Parts: sequence; structure tokens; C-alpha cells
Amino acid sequence: MHELSIVMSIVDLATAQAAKHEAIAIEEIELDIGCLTSIEMDSFEFAWKQGIKQTILENATRKINRIEGKARCSDCGTYFNMLQLYDSCPQCNSHLAEIISGKELKVKSLVLPD
Amino acid sequence: MCATCGCGPTSHQHHDDSHDHHHASHQNNGKKNIIDVEQDILLENNLLAQRNRGYFEGKNILAINLVSSPGSGKTSLLERTLTDLKAELNFAVIEGDQQTANDADRIHATGTKVTQINTGKGCHLDAHMVLHAVQGMKLSNDSILFIENVGNLVCPAMFDLGEKERAVVISVTEGEDKPLKYPDMFHSSTLCIINKTDLLPYVKFNVEKAKEYARKVNPALEIIELSCTSGEGMQLWYDWLKSKVLTIA
Repeated sequence: MHELSIVMSIVDLATAQAAKHEAIAIEEIELDIGCLTSIEMDSFEFAWKQGIKQTILENATRKINRIEGKARCSDCGTYFNMLQLYDSCPQCNSHLAEIISGKELKVKSLVLPD
Repeated sequence: MCATCGCGPTSHQHHDDSHDHHHASHQNNGKKNIIDVEQDILLENNLLAQRNRGYFEGKNILAINLVSSPGSGKTSLLERTLTDLKAELNFAVIEGDQQTANDADRIHATGTKVTQINTGKGCHLDAHMVLHAVQGMKLSNDSILFIENVGNLVCPAMFDLGEKERAVVISVTEGEDKPLKYPDMFHSSTLCIINKTDLLPYVKFNVEKAKEYARKVNPALEIIELSCTSGEGMQLWYDWLKSKVLTIA
């Protein structure tokens, strides 16, 4: 359940941002979570419900952008969709690949009350 | 409150000060007050990990994060390694477990400096825990620090501790498809140790398949087969360790 650590980090980050902007609540939070991170979304959902209780995010609407895994083959240069870290290049079957997207894990934006 | 980094028991927000950017807030449609944050959720951990890494580099300490499922033999591997090499190399160990100091006691019995971190309900070590463990250890220059993570092949993968090398241990009593089932850990490791090879005659584990799967996930992964019970293959591991010490010396 490292997802709970992740949720707590999001709460800390949001709390710090709210304090900086002198906001007492957060209306919306937008997250980028790549499909190649080891975040299990069911666990994340469970951790979220528990983790935001009595925090500044308790009543926030949450938007999650799932970023697809994309890679570039280091042998032949083909760009391909990577669903799993062990997926090989569809052209040359090489496992040597550079991950271009899918490892994102960030707070993209917050909406504060006026 | 902690004297070095100022953290209280629950709040770690002070670390955010060091990476505060000037994010402009702007009005959208005259209604919503949107703040573009664009901040990595693991940033705080990653900054502390870099701080640890700098400390290790400054003192020429080779830090190795040992990860595996419970029962793969991390502590046994350390016990034998420390006993065999203590005359040649200078070691220290950080033990991570949810509860008990049993592993630290085993390491202490080899005569090695050791600190136990109990994570309580936590399923992994993070850079902040390692930072504080290291503060109390007075580590020697030119040494090797083993950080034995909590036995868990999932959660520790995301948390950089500031280590130079990450060694994932699997044993032949597990399934050979572990690398495919838990790809994140194998993807982020630099070395894979296949332990308990003395049991190969009694189990179905296919070593070649396991290696093939591991390299599918991470083609650059180095792999060493050994048994810390029979001693077979231990020399390869010792040679690997010494080569890493030479590189950083």
C-alpha cells in the first residue's frame, strides 16, 4: 500500500500550496498518473478516501489524467505504445527501449475558492 | 522537533520551502482561481534522496538498497557477506522492517555497525527515514552501506533512498516469473541476485527462464546466482561488490 504514502504526499503538497495562496479549502485537484507507474488504481482509490479525511482535500473534486505508456526502441528507433515494462519493440522485438511517457506522477493544478 | 531538518513527528511540509517555484495563479473565465502546480508528487522524497546521495558520495560510501519479497534471504546474504569480508572492507547496515529488531540483532552479531528502522504500518523505507538513520550512525569514509528494505517486491520500487545500486534478491523457492509479475522492482534495479541455488534439485524453478524474464524487463540488469548456505557463487557477488568499490574509490 505505497498508494497511501502517495496520497499523503499529495495532501502535504496541496496543503502547502493552499497556505501559500491563503486558501482555506481546495475545490478541485488535477493529477497526472502515468500508466507505467506502480500505482494500482483500486488501492489508490481506497487510500484516497482514507487519506483526505479531515484535510484540505476532503471536499475537493478530483480529476485524474492517465498518461499512456510510450517508448522509443533503442535499437531501431520505432516509437511504440508500452502497456507493460517488459513489452518489446513491435518492429525488431528488442527490449532495449527508452520510456517517453507513462512514468508521470504529479499534481498538475488546483482550483481554489475565490 | 528534529534538529537537522526541523521535521515534527507528522508534518514534513518544511521540505517544500526549498522547492517552491513561483506558480502564477490566474483567473479563468473570471470565476475559477486555478493554480498551475505541475509538481512531482515524489519530489520531497527525491530531494531528500539526492541529499543522501550527495552525503554518500562526499564520504565515498557505496550505498546499496537491498530489496526482495519476505524470506528471499536478504539478511542471510548480509550475514555471510559481512562475516566473510569484514577483514577487507568497512561495512554498515540499515535494517528496515515493520516490527522487531531481530534482523539488526543478527547483523550486530557479525560485529557490524547496524541501525534498525521500524516502519510500523509502513510498507517501504523512504529517503527521509534513511536520512535520520544515517544521522545517528557516524558512517566511516570509504565504506559500504547496505540498506535492507522492508520485504516487499512492490512498494519500495518507487522510493529512491539515495542509493548507488539497487539489488533485487529472488530465491529459487519463488516463481521464476517474479520479474514479470513485479516488473517495477526489476526495472529499477541494477543487480539481480538469484539466491538459494543449493535448493535447485528440489524445486521446479527454471533459472534460465527467470533470467530471460528479468532481462525482458531490464536488459541492463546484471544477474548473479548464488547460495549463501552452500557458498556457491558467493565469490561472484564479492567480486561485484569490490568492483563497485573500486569504481567509486
